Amino acid sequence: MSYHVNEKGYYGEFGGAYIPEMLYPNIEELRQQYLKITAEPSFQEEFDALLKDYVGRPTPLYFAERLSKEYNTKIYLKREDLCHTGAHKVNNTIGQILLAKRLGKTRIIAETGAGQHGVATATVCALMGLQCIVYMGEIDIKRQAPNVARMKMLGAEVRPALSGSRTLKDATNEAIRDWINNPIDTYYIIGSVVGPHPYPDMVARFQSVISKEIKEQLLEKEGKENPDHVIACVGGGSNAAGAYYHFLDDEDVNIIAVEAAGLGVDSGESAATSVLGKVGVIHGSKTLLMQSKDGQITEPYSISAGLDYPGVGPMHAHLFASGRAQFISITDEQAMQWGLKLSKMEGIIPAIESAHAFAVLDEMKFKPEDIVVINLSGRGDKDLNTYIDYFKL
Amino acid sequence: MNRINQKLQADKKILSIYFSAGYPSLTDTVQIIQDLEKNGVDMIEIGLPFSDPLADGPTIQASSTAALHNGMTTQVLFDQLKDIRKSVSIPLIIMGYFNPMLQYGIENFCKKCAEIGIDGLIIPDLPVDVYADEYKATFEKYGLINVFLITPQTSDERIAFIDSVSNGFIYMVSSASVTGSQSGFGSTQEAYFKRIADMNLKNPQVIGFGINNKETFNQATQFAKGAIIGSAFIQHLTEVGTGKIAEFVKAIR
Repeated sequence: MSYHVNEKGYYGEFGGAYIPEMLYPNIEELRQQYLKITAEPSFQEEFDALLKDYVGRPTPLYFAERLSKEYNTKIYLKREDLCHTGAHKVNNTIGQILLAKRLGKTRIIAETGAGQHGVATATVCALMGLQCIVYMGEIDIKRQAPNVARMKMLGAEVRPALSGSRTLKDATNEAIRDWINNPIDTYYIIGSVVGPHPYPDMVARFQSVISKEIKEQLLEKEGKENPDHVIACVGGGSNAAGAYYHFLDDEDVNIIAVEAAGLGVDSGESAATSVLGKVGVIHGSKTLLMQSKDGQITEPYSISAGLDYPGVGPMHAHLFASGRAQFISITDEQAMQWGLKLSKMEGIIPAIESAHAFAVLDEMKFKPEDIVVINLSGRGDKDLNTYIDYFKL
Repeated sequence: MNRINQKLQADKKILSIYFSAGYPSLTDTVQIIQDLEKNGVDMIEIGLPFSDPLADGPTIQASSTAALHNGMTTQVLFDQLKDIRKSVSIPLIIMGYFNPMLQYGIENFCKKCAEIGIDGLIIPDLPVDVYADEYKATFEKYGLINVFLITPQTSDERIAFIDSVSNGFIYMVSSASVTGSQSGFGSTQEAYFKRIADMNLKNPQVIGFGINNKETFNQATQFAKGAIIGSAFIQHLTEVGTGKIAEFVKAIR
């Protein structure tokens, strides 16, 4: 079985491009060009150089000695939190802005939830001197004031999404509407492995540098390329797609996807799409989706804004449906406790999204000789207020 | 013959009106349809509300959201329309997004439409390619016409493909925009209207997006078989309620 996208844009039954005709010319242009452009040596050189000198790659693969001792297994952390702007998101925005430039686009739009993708987009727009407009739900703008300020410092315009639930899914709707209204000069940098084909595949390819590096680094440290387990949190799923990418076809690598259970999977306040979702269409993609029985998209909940999305990327829907990946849901409380624990045991304050992935260590038993790689997708600076409120620090 | 095809054969310009089912009040749907027919409207698009209407501007988004709050669902709409053919005879089209239809089951949805006497569907986020491959046979089995959109950016080659798959009319989006964002048509739009008119397509064209008064209706129907008004009608309902539909229609023609 293939876990990669097929030529029609599907992963198994998931994916495709369910878009209004108004977007067809843009999506079709992208579909025809993305593999060709990204394969050009000049593109590769520029992408690699920026990842090295601007983002700070390769990010370390760090052997977490104290954690490994406590859990009696070999735990490595892939340090995406050390990327410029604080998370893996920038790997993708660098790739897409280079593509946008080669397509001759002059105006960049993006959606953002917590603001991490917005900051990563504003950053690369500043780098390239391109106009940047970021759509963000009105509620998220209030919750994530420091990231709004960052985007403004970087020269981006932050436009509030005032429709629907005024969070990430609505910001995505607004960005899509903007693209419908501005089809000629505008490029839409989607922040996750979601949206119409070719976005899920394109974003996964840009993020795949994560698993490429893991292979090289493990070979050096352990004398073998493949870990036994690779663990990542999944909202839309871009850091996970990057961490899994080069292991998808190596069935000896166990893939573990961690979703946000919020207050509990059955609490009505959750973002555990694999448990609560059904097949549906959101933002141009057929995937697993949290929705009413009538097909209205419902509002998910997680304490971490980055996991607070009602769908998952179609690649992840397929990994779930095919059984290739194991899906686990972790509550707010478990994730928050891990935020504290990782800080105290390893001296690393993780993003709350990434903290979810660590809680798998309490849920599963690993063998002493197992190599477990956890993708530490982002750092916790942006979450300081949430940590302060939660722990009364 | 399907009522849509029949109407399109008539020697007149078609005025089609869109509104969101269940808005302003949940139970307004049937009365609005009856009043529109009584006042000489030629075709009606009944909007099935959706939580995330990607192709719609603020006016239709707001009416969709309100309709959902009022309790509108696919089943409620079908129940409301159960006896609609006892009182109206004009073509009725359901316009909605794909996900609610997918959840109802495409075959079930089409079957129900046929039972009620719905003549066609407009599903902006169901691409013509997917329709042709997966759903065309089902739609045709139930005698439903599916209507596709084209825009100023749609290539001639793709327009020809859409024309070949269509069996009612082609919905010409007047300009690159979501619904309700235009005021007046300039020379760019007229050139586009003319370009399409000159293609001599098999299916007649009806222009929508940005038609909001007599002037834009006349401009559009100079080049096309008809025109569709959505946001402007919903705004009218929002401002003066359902009591003055006659005035709205008279102001258009």
